[in-house]
Amino acid sequence: MNTTELSKVCKQVRRDIIEMTANAGSGHPGGSLSAVELLTSVFYNHMRVDPKNPDAPDRDRFVLSKGHAAPCYYAVLAEMGFISRDEFTNFRQLHSILQGHPDCKKVPGVDASTGSLGQGCSIAVGMALGAKIQQKDIRVYALLGDGECQEGQIWEAFMAAAHHKLDNLTVMIDHNGLQIDGTNDEVMSLGDLPAKLLAFGFELFEVDGHDLDAIEAALSTPVSGQPKCILAHTVKGKGVSFMENQVGWHGKAPNAEQRQQALKELED
Amino acid sequence: MSEKIATREAYGKTLVELGAINDKVVVMDADLAAATMTKHFKAAYPDRFFDCGIAEANMMDIGAGLSTMGLIPFCSTFALFGAGRAYEQIRNSIAYPKFNVKICCSHAGVSVGEDGGSHQAIEDIGLMRLIPGMTVIVPADAKEARAATLALADLHGPAYMRLARLATPVFDEDYPFEIGKANVLREGKDAAVFACGLMVSETLEAAKLLAAEGVEISVINVHTIKPIDAECVKDYACKCGTVITVEEHSVIGGLGDAVSDVLMGKVNCCFLKIGIEDQFGQSGKAADVLREYGLTAEQIAAKIKETL
Repeated sequence: MNTTELSKVCKQVRRDIIEMTANAGSGHPGGSLSAVELLTSVFYNHMRVDPKNPDAPDRDRFVLSKGHAAPCYYAVLAEMGFISRDEFTNFRQLHSILQGHPDCKKVPGVDASTGSLGQGCSIAVGMALGAKIQQKDIRVYALLGDGECQEGQIWEAFMAAAHHKLDNLTVMIDHNGLQIDGTNDEVMSLGDLPAKLLAFGFELFEVDGHDLDAIEAALSTPVSGQPKCILAHTVKGKGVSFMENQVGWHGKAPNAEQRQQALKELED
Repeated sequence: MSEKIATREAYGKTLVELGAINDKVVVMDADLAAATMTKHFKAAYPDRFFDCGIAEANMMDIGAGLSTMGLIPFCSTFALFGAGRAYEQIRNSIAYPKFNVKICCSHAGVSVGEDGGSHQAIEDIGLMRLIPGMTVIVPADAKEARAATLALADLHGPAYMRLARLATPVFDEDYPFEIGKANVLREGKDAAVFACGLMVSETLEAAKLLAAEGVEISVINVHTIKPIDAECVKDYACKCGTVITVEEHSVIGGLGDAVSDVLMGKVNCCFLKIGIEDQFGQSGKAADVLREYGLTAEQIAAKIKETL
């Protein structure tokens, strides 16, 4: 899909994020909005998946390690045809397939249950390793948060990805700089993140995480003998003026008025 | 019961058997292959063995990922670092999505011996049976560890198996092994004694000591703590009236609680839990440590007699 078409999808995804969280009265709009271009690009232009056959054994895999960006994930899955948009109103409600954090037993197209931070990257490493040892041409993508990189297990997973030379693995980091208690630097500085990622053995691509062409270029560049990392500089709450770069919009739903204003800003 | 083999040794050897008959089986360890005995599989199938280094949490989640690719990962480390350190990985990334990962941990219980309390898991059965849908198995001897390992490969879903470091007697008899089906090893009317793991052979010895004094106990090997054989537990509790559980685990959360959960409010009986009383283990020779915590045949016999 070309950039113009993709950006239209991204806008719809953003509207869905606002609708879902507003309707539920809870959820995580900030980190969902920052991940829109990354998630949409991967699913539309790179994942070899079939919404009509979501469990095909040789499909590519995706792990949303930052599981709280579930609204973004569900919106993309609905756009792709994995789930019905009718499910959106059930998000975070009793008996819904759309749990607060993704449940792979409930949602077609979800390959791993996530939400507890720090674990998804290891699962993705296992998937990539499983594909390699069975000589299967399967690519695995994982989307991580930056605050999540404070979890030690993330670095255990990075070590293992390089150790096993998993060039079928692409790790994307949604680096919006904010987390619940403040900025990354206030809470626990990640230090020189690019240098650390390089030191852990990644082929590193640093991009503007809202620039679809830049994301596409990074995703399309082949790597060999080492895992790929796309460090995406993003804006938390991207696309909604009053949410952008605001710590407070990590885990808070918009009220009726805010919902209206956000949707107005997100009109085509 | 002359030959002594550790359940971990039987597990490691059986993995090699499994490797030959099931090409989906892969084995992971966290730098303890020489101790958990996955080293046997490593030597036989180096391409299907993955050492994660000293990173147990990562190992469990890589196991989760491997299972989604149609493989059957057996993840091994010490019980404390598996069930303990990686508890939340097992809970959220393996059990919650019902992934087909086998967590087989050695060095459980105080019979670890010299390494001391920091390495003696006395709460792993409790932690694992708390998790919805988790199968929990504690083999009593090397033969049963072999049977359980083979059965686990055929069971679809998450499972935890508790293995011991200490070489212990191998039963002469060939008992059947079916997950969820307890084995009655000895019949006696005075008490129903449910045991698991290394405590099964100690309890059988205790039964002999008691028989010499005219006390006849039933000894039931509850190798599957979850799903527990509720029917057998109820039957023998009704039949004997006195129920005793014996385990090399805290009296909180383990076999004793699993049995009491079956009986509570349903069967009127006298109940005693023999195990490690809410305390940590310590260093010492395995036999000395087991005696320190009251887990030898003589001590078990004495406690049963006192209860009756």
